[in-house]
Amino acid sequence: MAKSEVKLLGAWPSPFVLRARIALNIKSVDYEFLEETFQPKSQLLLQSNPVYKKIPVLIHENKPICESLIIVQYVDDVWSSGGPSILPADPYDRAIARFWATYVDDKLFPAMKSIAGAKGEEERKRLIKEVEEGLALLEDAFNKITSKGNNKLFFGGDQIGYLDIAFGSLLGWLRVTEITTGVKLFDQVNTPGLANWAERFCAHAAVKDVMPHTHKLLEFAKTLMTKLAPI
Amino acid sequence: MGEVKLIGTHQSFPCARIEWGLKIKGVEYEYLKEDLSNKSDLLIESNPVHKKVPVLIHKGNPIAESLVILEYIDETWKDNNAHSLLPQNPYERALARFWAKFIDEKCVISVWGACVAQEGEEKEKAVEGAIETLSHLEKQIKGKKFFGGEKIGYLDIVAGWLSYWLSVLEELGEIELVNAERFPCLHEWGKNFINTSPIKDCIPPREDVLAYFSFGINYVRSMAPNKA
Repeated sequence: MAKSEVKLLGAWPSPFVLRARIALNIKSVDYEFLEETFQPKSQLLLQSNPVYKKIPVLIHENKPICESLIIVQYVDDVWSSGGPSILPADPYDRAIARFWATYVDDKLFPAMKSIAGAKGEEERKRLIKEVEEGLALLEDAFNKITSKGNNKLFFGGDQIGYLDIAFGSLLGWLRVTEITTGVKLFDQVNTPGLANWAERFCAHAAVKDVMPHTHKLLEFAKTLMTKLAPI
Repeated sequence: MGEVKLIGTHQSFPCARIEWGLKIKGVEYEYLKEDLSNKSDLLIESNPVHKKVPVLIHKGNPIAESLVILEYIDETWKDNNAHSLLPQNPYERALARFWAKFIDEKCVISVWGACVAQEGEEKEKAVEGAIETLSHLEKQIKGKKFFGGEKIGYLDIVAGWLSYWLSVLEELGEIELVNAERFPCLHEWGKNFINTSPIKDCIPPREDVLAYFSFGINYVRSMAPNKA
């Protein structure tokens, strides 16, 4: 497939864009990465995602697909022979993967994101606790899912799958949160299963070249905070 | 029988979605009516994370979240000429998922907000916001009988609350959002949808939905800070 037939509009710090990149890598899809300019948002972004005006947007044969998890499923559907299956084969396993991916987006990510802007120590502590509880649930889910099969490497079995991508894409920002809060969220004591999984995930061939370095994300976060800080 | 159970409440439209999906597929199920003011052990065990309805239990395995359950139903019961809920084409499928997410994240929230808001500028703004989200759906349904084409599909099921529950919210909120003048296509779709079998077989009595939403609205309004 010609490289220009597949474009991904995104930005390097975004965990949602990372999801799309990992999926495309798993399927060995050749694509053109278009770094969104923002300030102002590009014409391409406004035209291809008029509803949300957000990245990532996958453009395939001139048709835009929006929302990171929808993009991941689309990639899995279209390039089914390009690489291992991203979604599990069994419908129940697929439902579990989708359930937890939804949880990551609806509960875990918003809590984590809100910590930086928390008003007061009490709210900050409450949000950190929410993230800790979420990670405990995911640790439990990881143990349950991997105890079913023979392969205990990833949520997806011996290969990374949908839930690995959905959750793993947040690892960089989770590490930034640990640094900025001084709270260890993810380690051998609290979440041993996930701590080991995280190392394997980040080292995976489809992930390692596209996962942004934590120190770069930290710099980016500091720049953002300076821009957003009240005068 | 006994293989498929649905924990739910008839007044809840996410639960109705599941009934519609199961009935379209011709799947027999047992409905376990849940009292949300006194949650059952079964609900708490089956959905410990959210403790919410609907929960589908198939061969003893629980699945929660209505959109996740609908995809599960579509993938599990796909033989015997069973009608496919999601489109076959990957791009069409991506679009259906996109609009389903939009409905739950934007339409439901904005309509609820417009309903709950009390008089004044805040209410006007909320109503405008709700109308804006619904205008996207008007565009999507234009020229089609159902979102799924000739037959009811996944997106029709997800949008289904607009054909019945919405009018209750409009009444309680003293607002009008979808009517034949403003959204002729969506209005027409709603009438077709609610009058089709098996959809019309799973509609709860209006007074039950009124009571259900009334309680919720009054609760939210009572929590709102008093304006000086």
